[in-house]
Amino acid sequence: MIPLSAYTAVSAVLFMTGLLGVLVRRNFIIVLMSVEMMLNAANINLVAFSHYLESMAGQLVALFVIAIAAGEAAVGLAIIIVVFRGKISTNVDEMNLLKW
Amino acid sequence: MMLVFFAYFALVSIASGVLTVSLRHPVHCALALLALLLHVSGLFILLNAEFLWAVQVIVYVGAILVLYLFVLMLMNLKTDERYFHPSALYFVGPAVLGGVYVLFLLLQSPFDGAKGTAPASAVLQDGDTYAVGIKMFSDHILQFEIVGIFLLGAIIGAIVLAKTPKPLDPKEERL
Repeated sequence: MIPLSAYTAVSAVLFMTGLLGVLVRRNFIIVLMSVEMMLNAANINLVAFSHYLESMAGQLVALFVIAIAAGEAAVGLAIIIVVFRGKISTNVDEMNLLKW
Repeated sequence: MMLVFFAYFALVSIASGVLTVSLRHPVHCALALLALLLHVSGLFILLNAEFLWAVQVIVYVGAILVLYLFVLMLMNLKTDERYFHPSALYFVGPAVLGGVYVLFLLLQSPFDGAKGTAPASAVLQDGDTYAVGIKMFSDHILQFEIVGIFLLGAIIGAIVLAKTPKPLDPKEERL
């Protein structure tokens, strides 16, 4: 039987990796991918606790997290396309204006 | 046997997570993210969450990741020479130290709490999809409706944002 702490450890490592990706990468799309990775780490935690504490609530919240990740990806990529049309770059350091 | 599968899914998902963050070309990063999502769905199977496994494969891998790849190929980006943020080195050391400390604490702690009403045997009797459906449409129907409204708003927002702006000059419109 795999202990619950093993799942939380995997989830913590994935979350750390995603957080590091958000902080150090310069490409906006890869920053969004790192956010997806962090959401997945949270999902592992939710489902693991749902299994070990014998309650369905964790799986439901994980489903809602997936739905919200889908919305975030759609809106985030639309914003990237708009910015890319204005200036030919997806570097996060060059996006420092709300409007131009 | 469970342990072998768990070790495989955990190690490969961590490795592909690191690759997602560290690879140079964005399309390679997206493919590493694909491997990560598929192996996380394998972890869901080990946790008796077949419905979430299906949702993960269909929604994440089939829809969200394809959207990312579509946008990446639409933009046809050149690879930057310097693809890390200049201050990256200051983050990596403390983050690794903090991560190791958190892991040390996590592996020691005996997680426990009040048991709920859905033990594994009851879930396996009718299937995970049945259990999730009964729970969602009895206790959590309001949250379900809110997520529906949220997704509608996201769709409309994405269309409005990404629409091609009208040309200012009316002559240009005829060309």
